[in-house]
Amino acid sequence: MADVNRGNRPLSPHLTIYRPQLTSISSIMVRITGIATFFVSVIIVWWLLAAATSASSFGAVDGFLRSWFGDLILLGATWAIFYHALGRLRHVIWDFGYCLEVETSETMAKGMFILATVLTVITMILV
Amino acid sequence: MNYLTDRKRAQGLGSAKQGSHHHWVMIVSSIALVLVVPFFVLTLGSAIGGTHEEVLAFFSRPVAAIFTGLALAVIINHVKHEAHEAIEDYMHGVAQKLTLVATSVVANTLIAAGLFALVKLAL
Repeated sequence: MADVNRGNRPLSPHLTIYRPQLTSISSIMVRITGIATFFVSVIIVWWLLAAATSASSFGAVDGFLRSWFGDLILLGATWAIFYHALGRLRHVIWDFGYCLEVETSETMAKGMFILATVLTVITMILV
Repeated sequence: MNYLTDRKRAQGLGSAKQGSHHHWVMIVSSIALVLVVPFFVLTLGSAIGGTHEEVLAFFSRPVAAIFTGLALAVIINHVKHEAHEAIEDYMHGVAQKLTLVATSVVANTLIAAGLFALVKLAL
């Protein structure tokens, strides 16, 4: 009775032939920005350790972070962590049973992108 | 006639190999993340860019040191779970288990090192 036919079931959609959608792309981006934040946290902890160690080691790490490349990383990291937090907020809203309709989810996907950009610009102005 | 129920057959086969605890942990860590991230970005953003003396003075204030430590722990703990989710989805077997252990080691070491640095800066 409970036996399931395992041989002849539809497979998961293959990403290469599956049309990209706002919902899937925003979901993938939440994961990528989350893992990117993991890598950036290494740089931040490295900077804090250097500051706690000596002026010369601080100078080396701080010089890297304040170069154009460091600025680029920090700018990207700021956007990524804001986007990720907003994406996770969307998950919490979904998990509590709200906004599960496709149109609402797509509106939130656009909102996350826009709001993360706005928050990054505000951060650039304030900091 | 097979007496196995559908539930029994499915139990433990999800990518996490366990029940809903993992999901609840993710909800809690997401809420913590949303609360902490805006303040963390602004705090760290105003600290980065100062001279060594300014950075030392910045983190010698208890509020800045305590909040940065808290935010660091919340964020790194969250991204550890985030990495674990991805690993559970795409890796399998022994490689998966070892990668899960390795990411935990890296994440917890980062938290420990970050807290040590903050204590040393603050005191």
